[in-house]
Amino acid sequence: MQSQTYNYKVVRQFAIMTVVWGIVGMLVGVIAAAQLVWPELNFAEWFHFGRLRPLHTNAVIFAFGGCALFATSYYCVQRTCHTRLFAPGLAAFTFWGWQLVILLAAITLPLGYTSGKEYAELEWPIDILITVVWVSYAIVFFGTIGTRKTSHIYVANWFYGAFIITVALLHLVNSAEIPVTLTKSYSAYAGVQDAMIQWWYGHNAVGFFLTAGFLGMMYYFVPKQAGRPVYSYRLSVVHFWALIFTYMWAGPHHLHYTALPDWTQSVGMVFSLILLAPSWGGMINGIMTLSGAWHKLRTDPILKFLITSLSFYGMSTFEGPMMSIKTVNALSHYTDWTVGHVHSGALGWVAMVSIGAMYYLIPRMYGKTEMYSTKLITTHFWVATTGVVLYIAALWISGVMQGLMWRATNPDGTLTYSFVESVKASYPFWTIRVVGGVLFLAGMLIMFYNMVKTIAGQKAYDAPVLAPAGAHA
Amino acid sequence: MDINDARTVLTVMGLVCFIAISLWAFSGRARKGFDEAALLPFSEDDLPVLDAGRQTKEGNKNG
Repeated sequence: MQSQTYNYKVVRQFAIMTVVWGIVGMLVGVIAAAQLVWPELNFAEWFHFGRLRPLHTNAVIFAFGGCALFATSYYCVQRTCHTRLFAPGLAAFTFWGWQLVILLAAITLPLGYTSGKEYAELEWPIDILITVVWVSYAIVFFGTIGTRKTSHIYVANWFYGAFIITVALLHLVNSAEIPVTLTKSYSAYAGVQDAMIQWWYGHNAVGFFLTAGFLGMMYYFVPKQAGRPVYSYRLSVVHFWALIFTYMWAGPHHLHYTALPDWTQSVGMVFSLILLAPSWGGMINGIMTLSGAWHKLRTDPILKFLITSLSFYGMSTFEGPMMSIKTVNALSHYTDWTVGHVHSGALGWVAMVSIGAMYYLIPRMYGKTEMYSTKLITTHFWVATTGVVLYIAALWISGVMQGLMWRATNPDGTLTYSFVESVKASYPFWTIRVVGGVLFLAGMLIMFYNMVKTIAGQKAYDAPVLAPAGAHA
Repeated sequence: MDINDARTVLTVMGLVCFIAISLWAFSGRARKGFDEAALLPFSEDDLPVLDAGRQTKEGNKNG
């Protein structure tokens, strides 16, 4: 019994690659942002904004976010189930397979191979590889739960499990396509059905990849770092099922005022508004876990990351339902406001909760409890927070400005502004966005340095599997 | 009965299911299980063995 250890190797690999892919993905984002300010930077076909933008979204969501989810879910499920990871060979395959997917994305997207579906651009051979890796992931995760030594399944694992099952479903349905050659395929759907399936996928990628998965992370790492159990376990159960039952319907708000039937748009809007409740259930539960221990926020930069991420989660899940209201959407859609909203969620919530979890995880993978420098974590926190605030504030302003300029009409009914005038007016804000992005990227570089110094000279460590505390007697 | 009736039934079943889960969660019967499950992250100490000697920071004493 004593000789058995947890499988930390695969967690370690994914944790390190989280930081590496974070830097790569955010660097591509900064380049794309700079290309909007200085169009001269679009100097080659493969370096064009139109090709780098999907590379950026794929890299930050699936490479950075994906590796963070793999690492934390493998860590959490082993430790809360008191058993070694199921099928270690398959677990290793999920790591190498996922890295291959990322590598193929980094090659094919700049070369222009794309199926043209947002957040699902990769062509069909890569789609098949993703499916194989994902099924392996499900076997490893649910196999571990099936061989658990505890009677309960901790709530974080429910969230991780929902994320794994739903992403499999979304990927299979939305990626249904007819291959024409090795590098080209066409969607199995046509017209407005294709659009609806795409945004059913797109919004649930936000709901289950970027929300449920990261809520699982939150439910493990916030209580661990705060040193106290979650505020209300009952609330976590209720808001979990509320999320599951409502998220699936919210997709149509991406297609307001399109050829999608009007009633479908209204259903999408109503369910998006309902989503505020379960989203805030998660935020309140996470933040209130700290009640009675608020003083820890002052000294612990990891908690700063985790709690700030929940604040951004709360903000963006308030903003999202508001933007889904059709009259608000009439102003916000197709403007920078949407991009600002997404980054409030992606940088503020997803990236910050992942960064906090990685600062907890990385030293433990090498037999330590703390990173090389706590001061550098604090620096990272302030640099990153300043970056996010600059980014989203700039895009709020430019977004609302664009919306107002596009809808402004003269008394005779003609448009007050030409489109290019709104582009010109956006430049100062796009410049601020570059600055915000550079700051956030700089934070990741600080993290990389801290990680290298933490690992340097340390041996990889695997913790022993212990029987659950209650089972000692 | 056309397919829309089936869709309606499924939607209503979803709602009933959610209400049932909520009632169960708020009933006293679920409480004990929730209290036990909430402590799962603390069912063992995750201080690495190498460091366990010198690390006694608060927050990990729920071992």
